[in-house]
Amino acid sequence: MKPIEAVNDFVVKFANVNGSGSASANTLFARSVQRMGVPVSPRNIFPSNIQGLPTWYEVRVSEAGWLGRRGGVDLMVAMNPQTWDQDLQEIEPGGYLFYDSTKPLPKSKFRDDITVIGMPLTEICNETYVDARERQLFKNIIYVGALSALLDIDPNEIAQLIGEQYKGKEKLLKPNIHALQLGRAHALARIACPIGLRVRRADRVGERIFIDGNSAAALGAVWGGATVCAWYPLTPSTSLAEAFARHCRRLRVDPDTGANRYAIVQAEDELASIGIVIGAAWNGARAFTATSGPGVSLMTEFLGLAYFAEIPAVIFNVQRGGPSTGLPTRTQQADVLACAYASHGDTKHVLLFPEDPRECFDLGAAAFDLADRLPTPVFVMMDLDIGMNEVLCEPLAWDYSRRMDRGKVMTAEMLEAGREFGRYLDADGDGIPYRTYPGTHPLRGAYFTRGTTKDRYARYSEDGPVYVDNMERLLAKFATAKRLVPKPVLRRCAKPTRSGVIYYGSTAAAMAEALAALEGQGIHVDAMRVRAFPFADEVADFIAGHEAVFVVEQNRDAQLRTLLVNELAIDPAKLQPVLHYDGTPITARFIAGRIAARLALANVKPLKKVGP
Amino acid sequence: MTYLAKPQLHYPALPVNRLGYTRRDYEGSVSTLCAGCGHDSISAAIVQACFELDIEPHKVAKLSGIGCSSKTPTYFLGNSHGFNSVHGRMPSVATGAALANRELIYLGVSGDGDSASIGLGQFAHCMRRAVNMVYIVENNGVYGLTKGQFSATADKGSKSKRGAVNADAPIDMVMLALQLGATFVARGFSGDKTQLVPLVKGALLHRGAAFIDVISPCVAFNNHPGSTKSYDYVREHNEAVNRLDFVSPRKEITAEYAPGTVEEVVQHDGVAIRLRKLHSDFDAHNRIAAMNYLQERAAAGEIVTGLLFEEPHPEDLHARLNTVEVPLNRLGDGELVPGPEALERVNDAYR
Ligand SMILES: Cc1ncc(C[n+]2csc(CCOP(=O)(O)OP(=O)(O)O)c2C)c(N)n1
Ligand code: SF4
Ligand SMILES: [Mg+2]
Repeated sequence: MKPIEAVNDFVVKFANVNGSGSASANTLFARSVQRMGVPVSPRNIFPSNIQGLPTWYEVRVSEAGWLGRRGGVDLMVAMNPQTWDQDLQEIEPGGYLFYDSTKPLPKSKFRDDITVIGMPLTEICNETYVDARERQLFKNIIYVGALSALLDIDPNEIAQLIGEQYKGKEKLLKPNIHALQLGRAHALARIACPIGLRVRRADRVGERIFIDGNSAAALGAVWGGATVCAWYPLTPSTSLAEAFARHCRRLRVDPDTGANRYAIVQAEDELASIGIVIGAAWNGARAFTATSGPGVSLMTEFLGLAYFAEIPAVIFNVQRGGPSTGLPTRTQQADVLACAYASHGDTKHVLLFPEDPRECFDLGAAAFDLADRLPTPVFVMMDLDIGMNEVLCEPLAWDYSRRMDRGKVMTAEMLEAGREFGRYLDADGDGIPYRTYPGTHPLRGAYFTRGTTKDRYARYSEDGPVYVDNMERLLAKFATAKRLVPKPVLRRCAKPTRSGVIYYGSTAAAMAEALAALEGQGIHVDAMRVRAFPFADEVADFIAGHEAVFVVEQNRDAQLRTLLVNELAIDPAKLQPVLHYDGTPITARFIAGRIAARLALANVKPLKKVGP
Repeated sequence: MTYLAKPQLHYPALPVNRLGYTRRDYEGSVSTLCAGCGHDSISAAIVQACFELDIEPHKVAKLSGIGCSSKTPTYFLGNSHGFNSVHGRMPSVATGAALANRELIYLGVSGDGDSASIGLGQFAHCMRRAVNMVYIVENNGVYGLTKGQFSATADKGSKSKRGAVNADAPIDMVMLALQLGATFVARGFSGDKTQLVPLVKGALLHRGAAFIDVISPCVAFNNHPGSTKSYDYVREHNEAVNRLDFVSPRKEITAEYAPGTVEEVVQHDGVAIRLRKLHSDFDAHNRIAAMNYLQERAAAGEIVTGLLFEEPHPEDLHARLNTVEVPLNRLGDGELVPGPEALERVNDAYR
């Protein structure tokens, strides 16, 4: 078997034990490749556990810039005996295995069709370090050093990164650099370096940043003017609230008094989290919570209240695999329907679908404007794949001429000037009523907020026509929302086609690559990335303009497709589901394979007409 | 900006307070509760307390859960914003509201079902979190609105109207509030206005988590023989430990109480609360002693009423979170949106 030869286009997977300190070493590896100007997309695959269970870190190196998961492994760094057999299986024929050869393994434990590279890591560590913790931690850095030699990575880039990490902490800096050099020297002396997989300096990263979606969303909340955050720990959303706290400590402290321009409450559960958000937003502060599916389930009663009483709320839902506790540390897009229709009775909520961390920032900030403007709950539908993994994306940008849109808030001056105030009155014909903040005026503008039905002036009324009047206005408001939410992104293919594909959220990275692959095979499909619910008119037009439309999703039940069928009254036969939901991020191979196969089948029929 | 209060003086004969408001300006719409319901007396006590303390009605936000008791915010302070939220979750809504604007007074009204059954968790966390609010539980031992089922505060052995006997241990919310760190804890009785109004006033002046459990008989479902929350039962078993009086710094202080039985506690704004002790050995500044006394009297079949504990210098959630003095809901783009250099620094940190 000929060993794989690839420059700037391969996949390295690290198999580690959770809690062994491998995470920072693996990130160091990924960043060093990025610093050489070659895009990488790393993904953490981890268990719901703190210490002891297997964890993987998969790094795709792609000069072409493909950031979706590729599938398959070219080099396995097998550091976990527990998963050895499984890890070995995953290596592509002709691929490479790097392992700790301190303890000899029988020949039967290996494969003939791969290149095996052993290095006595434990032995090196035991000779060099006395402390058990140091032996463990530096073992990770030593293999990064060895990989720099094997893959031809510039060691200066790694040293530079270590320097940045331990700036001002000389004590930690030196031994790390030493371990790096140790591993590299050992590999150069005893192994034929480099191997068939190589990193070659390129210029394909540019100004882009390398950030996880949870941090970016938290920054969106900072720039979006959020002042109140209430949350309850839940993977994979936890690091969003923690990032908000971290960034606020730097960016939101009054320089004169040292006091905080924000309040963060780790609540007792998700019911309290959303209650606090609703209370704060009712009282005029921008507030949000970060959660995942199980949390949304708990929040539903309150979400119905916020919908019906028309109170803003921003909910970052970093989706994971369901149902129930499901796949707690894997990715899915399976809360679309649960969020779109969260709560009992006729309810509908605004959903935003960011494709990457940059959009987590943009749509995260926009969610606060929308929530205030409409006023209603707004979900930012992220997922574990973009939430917890660092993704290469455009730098964060902000238009400094922009001001927070606090929506229709009636002020004391307006009330004093005699403006008519009805909390549920459609004053402007767009279905959006005015609100007042508590404490605005001694005699005008006070009203009673309730979840029971009420008239246009917020007076309790169970009268049928009054109820219907209000429910219809809520629909009119939702129609207005359709014009305010982010527009879908259309990507036309090179040739006219009657096939289209709709996708959303984190599927975007794999989709871009799949479309290019399909085009390479002469298969042309127009593509539309949906960015929000309610669906803009462009979405209906796109479906109408194609004979068959694939809807690519990461859930079992084709939830967005259901939403499209239901909300746009589409013939279900027209929308073909392409579904990937095993908890791993969707790949271009999967999408392109499915679409190509379906079109090949469909093409047996004679062509009728060609779409726009 | 300030607005002069312009109450409409329909009743020139009614006394006005320092703001020029009459008692009627603190009322709400007409109650739809059963005639004789204890909850209406509590609404009246709230009206009286706010009127006497010269509180601007719009500077109060009323919050409640679901139940007959939770309906009452409609019946007082008609010029205040109100929020009738979901069953058992008033505490979280009040917490959020209090975070958004630290300048208003937050008045939470709840029932024993609302706070001791479905909402026990939120009640507990609100107390331990030291939300600056007044938390009143209108305690009738039953679910009034759903027609008379036992609530979690019903005493063991008490009889329902239909004759069923409650076998479960009761939750004493006063005890819980003390244990959870509430800094003003009292119990009142809806049938004793002279005790209740000062308790509400004390709670309104308190700058921390103030809790009042008010025994409030449900005439429809829990006012029969065999009930331990009926008017007759409570009157017979009430053990009042003290009475409160208020001394405003504007008023001349008259010493009409015998020394040794009166203790004066000066509040943040100079108003003094006078604690007239009915029991010379009761100390309302000793949390542990209050808990012991409560247990002791409960064992003797007595319901202790009065101010059980007050911390004169409470700490609230805002202090714990070190938030700015300006209400968060008033901060604008200038204070909240970091500048272009900050954004550049953030981008650089992720390269
Ligand atoms: C989620 C939910 N479950 C049940 C109810 C029905 N419910 C309404 S009020 C109430 C009990 C109220 O009891 P309490 O708080 O003691 O108020 P009271 O009517 O006695 O003043 C119940 C169970 C509800 N509104 N919401
Ligand atoms: S049912 Fe009971 S609690 Fe409800 S209004 Fe009537 S008396 Fe009051
Ligand atoms: Mg009750």
